[in-house]
Amino acid sequence: MLNWLDSSWYGNPWRQLRQMQRRMDRLFGEFFRPLAPAFPPVNVYTDDEGAVITAELPGVEAEDLDVTVAGQTVTIRGERKADQPGQDVRWHRQERRFGSFHRQVEVPFGIDPDAVEADYRRGVLEVRLRRAESERPKRVPVRG
Amino acid sequence: MAEEKSNALQQREPAVAEGVERTRSGKVFSPPVDIWETDEAIVLAADMPGVDAESVEVSLEDGVLTIRGAVRPHGPEGADLAYAEYDPGDYVRRFSISEEIDQDRIEARIAGGVLRLTLPKAQPTRRKIEVKAE
Repeated sequence: MLNWLDSSWYGNPWRQLRQMQRRMDRLFGEFFRPLAPAFPPVNVYTDDEGAVITAELPGVEAEDLDVTVAGQTVTIRGERKADQPGQDVRWHRQERRFGSFHRQVEVPFGIDPDAVEADYRRGVLEVRLRRAESERPKRVPVRG
Repeated sequence: MAEEKSNALQQREPAVAEGVERTRSGKVFSPPVDIWETDEAIVLAADMPGVDAESVEVSLEDGVLTIRGAVRPHGPEGADLAYAEYDPGDYVRRFSISEEIDQDRIEARIAGGVLRLTLPKAQPTRRKIEVKAE
């Protein structure tokens, strides 16, 4: 069986994805945040049905998260609000990052827009994407 | 720059292994924290995505505050990891607290993968020691 993930003579689509992501990050990074890594960090898992994107997004309200899907692209937007401890505090550590974020992930298949599920639990966003019906493999009967 | 970004997962600080005994396999990270102090308390917020109330542990012993969190596997079962920017792992971090803390009033909450701890300062107990003349 030829799997779209290791269709080596077309080139590895995930490698292309990585390269594109880097180009995009470079483009945005140079304009906005030269040293900050892309936020939120994402992982992409794949199975027969499609893909699952997970993003580490601690401390965000589900209503402040916006997930949209178009074609092969998933966009995650939102805002991470800072704690407001008041003015008379003495800071010992300030390592957490806040603000609005925007990330796009492109997958190497057309996404079924009606079958996208997104869950936010324990500070991790999980977006399940299914391949569009038209792109699912269909068995072709062989006449003899 | 591109390399830095693609290696974002390596920018996480690995936790210091000193004095930490592992009973689970997998990686351990040091969670980023904010710590601030008011007149009444020391407050700590730690980002520990993937951790909930059942998997977090906080202890204060001999002036050392330890926070730990165990992470459940991310992603669907049986799926392949095709692209990764982070590495799910457990969390451990220790702090030495020099203030006297009222141990009975420590509050810990976790929501959305953020642990928030309030460590109320103990009321200063000023005891005058009487010196007797012999």
